[in-house]
Amino acid sequence: MTEAMITADTSIRARNGVANGFALLLLALIVAIGLFAGLRFGLMLAIGIGIGLVLEGLRFGFAGPWRAMILHRDPAGILAQLLSIGLVAMVAIPLLGGGSGELVGAQGQIGWAMVGGAFVFGVAMQIVLGCGSGTLVNAGSGNAVALAALPTFAIGSFLGAYHLAWWTDLGAFPPIVVQGVSGLGITLALLVGTAVLVLVRAAPGTRRIPGRYVAAAILLALLAIANLLVAGQPWGVVYGLGLWAAKGATAVGADLSGSAFWSLPVNADKVRASILTDYTSLTNIGLIAGAAFVSIRRPGALDQPLPRLPARAWIAAIASGLVLGYSSRLAFGCNVGAFYSGIGTGSMHGWAWLIAGFAGSALGIRLRPRFGLEPRR
Amino acid sequence: MTGAVPTRRLTVALACLLIAAVLAADVIADPPNHHAAPAIIAFGSGKAPTGGFCGAAAPPMK
Repeated sequence: MTEAMITADTSIRARNGVANGFALLLLALIVAIGLFAGLRFGLMLAIGIGIGLVLEGLRFGFAGPWRAMILHRDPAGILAQLLSIGLVAMVAIPLLGGGSGELVGAQGQIGWAMVGGAFVFGVAMQIVLGCGSGTLVNAGSGNAVALAALPTFAIGSFLGAYHLAWWTDLGAFPPIVVQGVSGLGITLALLVGTAVLVLVRAAPGTRRIPGRYVAAAILLALLAIANLLVAGQPWGVVYGLGLWAAKGATAVGADLSGSAFWSLPVNADKVRASILTDYTSLTNIGLIAGAAFVSIRRPGALDQPLPRLPARAWIAAIASGLVLGYSSRLAFGCNVGAFYSGIGTGSMHGWAWLIAGFAGSALGIRLRPRFGLEPRR
Repeated sequence: MTGAVPTRRLTVALACLLIAAVLAADVIADPPNHHAAPAIIAFGSGKAPTGGFCGAAAPPMK
């Protein structure tokens, strides 16, 4: 073997060694949480890690595909998202209509705040090039912009939830949820219709879904269904982040009793309890961990130098995180909680989210270069 | 002579440390109670879910 071959082989062994060690650490964490908090919570962490592995391993997400459609009329990612949501809906909507009360779907109140929040979220997610799950996965894979946005995302989510009742009081319909066979039919018809619209707008030669996107769509759907069956509620992201900030606020003496949201018994209990018993927190941690594992294993992924960005880019990233968190609470979720899980469980607010969020994304793409966040050429 | 350029190794390590710090602080402040653990999965448990979720209906103004 040449010296170069020996060096490369050593490097591969070292990388695999670190990855294997990290995998063992994650497995130990799953077992520990299962033993000390409860088996359900260990399972939820495992589901979150699975989602992180899929999103980072197969390079699938939400913000990027929307950007690809807006900039290049490439529909592949959006079509995969619609496929995945359809697969979830085919299982979730009939189960939720069963009436056992063991499972709940996503519900959001379409109104000024919800639509406005989704639009603003769409703008901000294209500025940092990451939605809720995307920010977690990107942070876990070493993206410095996402890591900078993450803490303020949590703070924004906490504040948005704090003020949610005020914003919703500006005017909102009650939750509109379609159920049963007819509800599934409506959802699938809307998904197909959206897919047709996307295909009509697509550029020539792009009207196909790559195999890895199909795999990602199917795997993500299976994990989202597992989330619903294990936790009793759909996959979400933003609640957990806001909860971390709420616990931090109470730890430094803040009184949350003035907030209609945080003083609700279910949320007040969550603030007092361990985050290891909060489903959204566990899947969020899993997303970061799963993405980190993929990056450790992927040759050269961690050797990428951190971007040299102007100060205004970092300020924009941090501010965008705050905006992402706040707006997503007004919108009753991000791409995951509102768009993916909302539509997948029959809530019509998911469709309102899609329209408003996509419109916001178109603006966000135009704003991104003004903050110096486009890579230097 | 150029200095070392920070790479994604740094930010991955920071992300993992951030999560570890959040977990450690939380476990110390609010340790979980495994005696109160729910059934392994919600479906078929006969119990209503009690988790918090971003897609839950907004509370009324106080």
